[in-house]
Parts: sequence; C-alpha cells; structure tokens
Amino acid sequence: MDFVTWALSPWGENILIRISWDLFWASLVGGILFLVAHGGYMLFSPHHKRESGEVDRMEKERAGLPARIERHSFMARVFHWVMAVAMLALVFTAFLPVVGVKFAWVYWHWMAGILLTGSIIFHVIHATFFMDFWSIWLGPRDIPEAKAEIMRDFGVEIGGPKPGKYPLGNRLYHFAVLVAGVGAIASGLLMMSRVRTPIFERNPYLMGDAAYGLTYVIHGLTGVGFVGLIIAHIYFALRPEKFWITKSMIFGTISKREYLEHHDPDRWVATK
Amino acid sequence: MPAAIRDVMPAFELFQPTSVADTLGLLERHGADAWVMGGGLDTFDWLKDRLRKPKVVVDLSAVAELRGIKDAGGGIEIGAMTTLTEVATNALVKERFGLLAEATGLVASPQIRNQGTMGGNVAQDARCWYYRAGWPCYRAGGNICYADTPTAVNREHAIFDADRCVAVNPSDTAPALIALDAQMVVRRGASELVVPAQDFFVGPGVDITRLTLLRPGDLLTAVRIPGTWAGKQFYFEKVRDRQVWDFALVNVASAINASGNAISEARLVVNGVSARPYRLEAVEAFVRGKARDEQTAEQAGALAVRGALPLRHNAYKVPLMKALVKRAIRGAGAWTS
Repeated sequence: MDFVTWALSPWGENILIRISWDLFWASLVGGILFLVAHGGYMLFSPHHKRESGEVDRMEKERAGLPARIERHSFMARVFHWVMAVAMLALVFTAFLPVVGVKFAWVYWHWMAGILLTGSIIFHVIHATFFMDFWSIWLGPRDIPEAKAEIMRDFGVEIGGPKPGKYPLGNRLYHFAVLVAGVGAIASGLLMMSRVRTPIFERNPYLMGDAAYGLTYVIHGLTGVGFVGLIIAHIYFALRPEKFWITKSMIFGTISKREYLEHHDPDRWVATK
Repeated sequence: MPAAIRDVMPAFELFQPTSVADTLGLLERHGADAWVMGGGLDTFDWLKDRLRKPKVVVDLSAVAELRGIKDAGGGIEIGAMTTLTEVATNALVKERFGLLAEATGLVASPQIRNQGTMGGNVAQDARCWYYRAGWPCYRAGGNICYADTPTAVNREHAIFDADRCVAVNPSDTAPALIALDAQMVVRRGASELVVPAQDFFVGPGVDITRLTLLRPGDLLTAVRIPGTWAGKQFYFEKVRDRQVWDFALVNVASAINASGNAISEARLVVNGVSARPYRLEAVEAFVRGKARDEQTAEQAGALAVRGALPLRHNAYKVPLMKALVKRAIRGAGAWTS
C-alpha cells in the first residue's frame, strides 16, 4: 500500500502530489471495523454503569434544580448542524468521485469548505465570548476521569470523578476534530489559490511545488481522517447509552436526572 | 523542458484479437494494464514518448466486426475501426450525413485518415503539450495546470468550462456526431451501453483524467447515427494554423432543419474551445423559428460566446468562434458574403 503519490516536476525534481487513495479505504474500513468491535464489546462485555442509588441521593439533595436543564443553546445547535451539513458535503464531494461516482464536485466542495470555515469562525467567537470556553478542553485534571472510564469499560465497579459539561469522549473528539479541521481548512484555503473561484484571484504560483505537494498531502490526510471520525461520531450519536446527548443537540435540554447522572454539578453549574 | 522523444517503445505484450468477444476477454483479464489501440496515431505518440508504459497492448486492427459502414433504417452504423478515409468517402455517409463526411475529410492529412479510425478520432486524448510532455498536471494525476499559469503558452486552450484543466477536445468528428444526435455503442463486460454522443464526452469537472466516459476494460464498438437529420442542411468549418494538416483551433458543426427560410430545428456544436465538444443549446433555442438571415446569424454568434473566459493567449478564439457560429447559421454558400 502506498501512502503518498510522487511525480517528477518539469525541473526533474521528485515532488509530492497527494496522498494515495488507499488511505481513504484504510480509513473507511478502519472506521467500520472500530464500530463493529466496539459494538460487539458493548454487547457482550461486563462493562459497568454507575450505581443508580448515587443519582437518587443527588436528586434528593438538589431538589431545587429545574426538570429540564439547557445543555446546548439554540445558536450552539445551529452551529453544530450547519457544520455537520458542511462536513458531510465535503466528505461526500471529495470521496464519491474516488469510489467511481463521477460528477462536477469541485464547485460544491469548495462552497461547502467556505460554509465550514464561516461556521468555525462563528463558533470560535461564540465559544470564546458566550460559552464556558475551557469546558471543552483537555488537561491533566482529566486523567482520573479517563482512568475511571477505562476501568468501568473493563468491568471494574468504580466511582471516580464525573465530567463537567462535556464527557471525556466529547472532549477527545472535539480535540481530534479541531486538529483535523484546522489542517483541512488551512490547506483547503491554500489549494483554492489553484482553482477559479469568485472569492479571490487565482494564483497557481502562490507557493512552490514542494509546498503545494505538502499542502495537498495535509488536505488528503485530514480528509481521510474525517472519514473515520465521522463514522465514529455517527455511531456514538446513535448508541443507546449516548442518545441523550444526541437528543440534547436536537432539542437543547437534558433531564435533571441525566444532568446528575452524567455530570458533576460542581464542575458544570446548571444555570437554567 | 522539451519532451524527450525516443524511437524505441517500452516493452509490452501485444495481443491481436480477431473478434469482439476475444477482445473483451483480454480487456477483462488485463484490466487497467491493457491499452486499446485503434489506428495507433494517438497510441504511438504516448508509447514512443515513453509516457505511457502499458503491460499489454490490444491491437484492434484484426477485428473485422469493428469495421464497415452499415445502413440502419434510414441511419447508419459505423464500426469503430472504420478508417476516416472510408467514412469521408462512403456514398451513404455523403448522401445522408454530408456533415460527417466533411468533418472526417478535414481530419489531419490523407495518410493519417487512411490509418486513423472513427473510434480513435472520438476517443483520442487531449493534445495539450504540457500534458503530452509528461508533466504532472491535473490531467496526468498531478495538482496543477501548467497551461493555466501567468507565463503559460495557451493559445490552443479552452475558453469555456475550464475546471482546473484547460485542455480542449481535439476531435473534428465529435462535434459533427453530436450535431447528428449520434449514439456511441460501448461494450462494458457483458453489457452494452448505448450513449448519446453528447454524454460520451466528459469535462474536467466530472473526470479530469479522461475526455470520454470510457474506462479501463471498455470497448467502443460502433457509432450509430439515426435518420433524424439525414439529408438536412449542414455546415462544417475548421480553422487551423496549417491547412495541410493540423488540429482545429476552433471548428463548428451545424445541422439545420429549415422550412423555407425559417429554422425549425437546429444543432450547433463547437470544438476546440473546451474539454468536451461544446454544444450551443442556448443558440439552438434562440434560432428556432427564426429566419435564416444575417440578423439571426449575428445574434446567434454573440449569444454563442457569452460566458467565454479566455486565457492569456487565446482571446482570439472568442471572435473566431463568434464568426464560425455566424457562418454556420448563414449556411454554406453564404459565408463569404
């Protein structure tokens, strides 16, 4: 299996062209194998949930909490679904031609890329000034939580700390999407200098061949990375034990019990 | 860097099947490793330049089924391996579809027409010299179009529908076939696809590495022309640098069904301006029902070039195409006026 494609430039230099499409298949198959393996493990393994008695006790202690607690504001949900549409459009327009479905994809691809870029800019501003910015980031304080999560997955009955607003899986996924997204957007914007768009003047010599080659490879790697990430995201969004999160991304709220069962009320203080 | 032309071709295994069934068997067995050769005029350029190194070459010259021109209920069927000379001089073609006879008769030179085939002419690859020099452009699987850069020599390139690549379709017969509503018969394994000529050609937006929908393993077996346009009024004109033999800078093919002086139906196709023959459907709709006169021709020419985006060195193609469309509407005999 090749990882990248090389070519000989007019000046006789070996230059990177793009990733090998074998990597797309690897990401697709890898994503599907992961969900089969995870699904099988969750079905047959002795993994543990937290004790329900603990949640009952907390519900009594915090009787003053409202019945429904807002987890995602309207604007946060709009951003999420706009980004989802843009991301799916980007992945489908990029890889359908690779699997043999031929259509004029470039126009739709860069349009979806612009939509994604716009939505990300909005998200950065919104998250910085109107949300709890640090609640989504990872840090050393998450190690005990990660350890407890892993132990529970391996069947050990253990309490351990609860997350704030976002479970550890959410924060890990956000970080992966952040890295891949920044790579895809930055490289995509540079690649747009070689296609005709009404947004800025085309300049195929903005960078040298080697730099463009690297840019195409980064775009390809982040693109195939997103194939696996999207498969994983859709899979977890549909899993029964995670479906309360998915519903909250549609309707915006979670129940008081879900709040107390899955979150540490001291790390994420529900305001309404 | 000039193309390194060599006289010795790379080694390959040569097959010379004698039937379509054997050919399809070979193509299925060797898949993307097989190169289908018609008259060899496009093929030998690639092989001698050592820019294509197929493991297997399937030479169709001995497949008798692929040769000849048949009457097909008012239309005709032309085998893919029929030579261009045979098409240009065939009485049936001349009688019914003078447009195709004329277009075929203007391909390259007599020697090339004796060797070149109908299938080869429509399925030939782009002639952009950056691409043919073996540079890693988009069409060759790379990530740049060398012909669409500020310093590029792009006099022969596209003024319409460029999508990263600006190469043009070099065929003279293709626009005539589209104007005649021809259908391409393609064998793909056990199935037979009959594709309208217009859909047989693809632009770079859809597939940047090919000019037609033919995939590895496909075999173009015939071109069918229905009787719809038989005996109508035709016009073909090709403008090229060297009159003795050259590819078209721009060519135009038209078929017009006229009632008196009024145009009741028209087909207009221009080649040499985009990666697929450029059918002027807006012009066809505009001229329908109009008188075939100077005013209609003038307006049709102006409409035809709407949306053209010339490169640094090919802006001349805009007035050239406009003039050719005007002449096509005026018709033969009137073009010098």
